[in-house]
Amino acid sequence: MTEVTLTVNGKKYTQNVFDHVLLSDFIREKLKLTGTHIGCDTSQCGACVIHLDGKSIKSCTMLAVQADGCDVLTIEGLADGDVLHPMQRAFHENHGLQCGFCTPGMIMSAIELIKGKPDITEQEIRQGLEGNLCRCTGYQNIVKSIQEAAKNENNLTNR
Amino acid sequence: MKASAFSYHKPISLEDALSLLESEEEVKILAGGQSLMPMLNMRFVQPEAVIDVNEIEELATISFNDNVEIGALTRQKTLGTHSIIKQHLPIMQEALKWVGHFQTQSRGTIGGSLCHLDPASELPMIALLYDAELEVASKSATRIIPMKEWALAYMMPSIAPEELLTKILIKPWGMPYGYGFQEFARRHGDFAIAAVGCLLKLQDGVISEIAISIGGVEDVPRRFIECEDVLRGSKYDIEEVKKQIIGPLDQINYIDDSLVTGSYRQKLLKGLLVRSIEQAASRANSL
Repeated sequence: MTEVTLTVNGKKYTQNVFDHVLLSDFIREKLKLTGTHIGCDTSQCGACVIHLDGKSIKSCTMLAVQADGCDVLTIEGLADGDVLHPMQRAFHENHGLQCGFCTPGMIMSAIELIKGKPDITEQEIRQGLEGNLCRCTGYQNIVKSIQEAAKNENNLTNR
Repeated sequence: MKASAFSYHKPISLEDALSLLESEEEVKILAGGQSLMPMLNMRFVQPEAVIDVNEIEELATISFNDNVEIGALTRQKTLGTHSIIKQHLPIMQEALKWVGHFQTQSRGTIGGSLCHLDPASELPMIALLYDAELEVASKSATRIIPMKEWALAYMMPSIAPEELLTKILIKPWGMPYGYGFQEFARRHGDFAIAAVGCLLKLQDGVISEIAISIGGVEDVPRRFIECEDVLRGSKYDIEEVKKQIIGPLDQINYIDDSLVTGSYRQKLLKGLLVRSIEQAASRANSL
């Protein structure tokens, strides 16, 4: 067991973990933040995408011990109380989900995808979602949601 | 399934890492982890110890001094945007577009790609094109391995268990030259079924220098010397090229696997090869 200290959604945690425990499992089972989903454990499906020090990564391809000292953001850390994050709101308003399993990963990926790219095209969004699988194949509305969030961010920046 | 238990070490200096490599048995080195972690999760590998090199900052640098010197721990995302790579090795940035997804590029490293040595991986193909030199260190010595001697067999680089890849040295070609990179995978970001990289110099319409590397078609990525020898010194005419490459294409030991047959790979490689040569020639002509 190794002691790790990391910040998750602004809150500092110190825990003992086995060296071989994945960051995704640590987040779900130790921290009880079950919004981060696990689909494949092999870096393909994208359900476990979180932000580590500001970059989106697949948390099934990192050990919890590797995140010692890092700043982690999960889907639970996006909303400010009852006020949804703009990306969450866009998914909500455009029905960007069906069963919802892929949604946390989609949203976490989409936030990095549109960052600094206010004029992102539909094609770029579709290509950017390569690392996130939706088994319901509900991509149409997911793409629409991300387009709207990008547009809103653009308006905010221009204001 | 999840990874089996192992002891975890996180050295913060190269010296500490090399000492650990000397003292530990059945070690796996963890860099970006984008291949190793899935392999651990599927228990394809069950090491006694994992040495995590991610904190060794001296391994994550890019500099230019005749050679482009890339620290083994440099992330794929960094390579994809770095100005030195953009200026001196634009083909690497083109190839990186085929490597995984942006989330995996946040973690994946050049050294990890070279040491994992998947037959279908793009970065070894780029290193091959430029005859890169790989610097490996152990506690007792540092040595240089030429890229053409790097791959011993399927996913087996010529590095000893106590050695660590530290640096990749790439000497860019003198301008002007063109480059082309073509790949086919079932889904973008998936393993290449076939991929070709090409560097080419034209002098008065004649191919004066050419380098071609192929991936995904044999057990290891390699230089396609047979094809280079046929094309070097001949007048560039794409219809002629299509005939010239037939002989060399017949000499490859194509992989026959659950995805596609060897003969399909041969047809695919032919098309990609023609396109990459055309792409390189058109870039060479536009300079």
